[in-house]
Amino acid sequence: MIPGKIQVPASVKAGEAFEVRVLVQHPMETGFRRDLDGRAIPMHIVDKLSCTFGGREVFRVELGSGMSANPYIAFFAKVPASGELVVEWSDDRGDRGRASAAIIVA
Amino acid sequence: MARDIAMKRRSFFARVAAIAGAAALPSRAQIRFQPPQDITPLILEITKGVTPEKKGVEVELPVLVENGNTVPLRVRVASPMTDADHVKAIHVFAERNPRPCVASFYLGALCARPEVSARIRLAGTQTVTVLAELSGNRYWVGPRDVLVTSGACLDDASL
Repeated sequence: MIPGKIQVPASVKAGEAFEVRVLVQHPMETGFRRDLDGRAIPMHIVDKLSCTFGGREVFRVELGSGMSANPYIAFFAKVPASGELVVEWSDDRGDRGRASAAIIVA
Repeated sequence: MARDIAMKRRSFFARVAAIAGAAALPSRAQIRFQPPQDITPLILEITKGVTPEKKGVEVELPVLVENGNTVPLRVRVASPMTDADHVKAIHVFAERNPRPCVASFYLGALCARPEVSARIRLAGTQTVTVLAELSGNRYWVGPRDVLVTSGACLDDASL
């Protein structure tokens, strides 16, 4: 389980843009670094992240080793009605993580 | 006595040259170990041979980056995001990173604005290229030069 969280506004308006911010806790090892004994540290990165709302895809990212450690991603979404926004991510070793937030249309 | 001063002068110049050389070393090392790569083939692979137009992509990056490990990046594309005219994907390339493909963002129908932000790594002073993939097989590109004083991916092991 890779920890992470998302941040959304407390309430939104139907069809209007709101910012979704995602922060994943991950070292994002590039594979180019070496440890103190000179051994190469193998690559270990979160390579996929996707955001869905009621089963519909909102946003998807393919990450490379050029993303910073603890990747932060922000984007704008709009929803027609209240529901649950789910963000899921996975790394190159098959580990997964997930965060969700209730979107309240006021 | 005159000879003595000349010797001091000589060693002084030698020392200045050594210090100047040492100061110039990181940039020389950066160029030697992280040469800029030609990212045109990577772009053409996505566009399937179409040369992208240089317009409509606004790339927000600091002018001077002190730490290449976390560089805030914000990309905006001039698009109304309607069904007929929208951005499908945004690709970020850094030509001097060991792996130039930094990230690809795919925007779905519920994406409200063609705008994304992220934190990226930059291995040195270079041009960051952002490619926007729009509906109707259109491609826009926005290059942006950025100065990096201390790059990522360049620790002692690679020098």
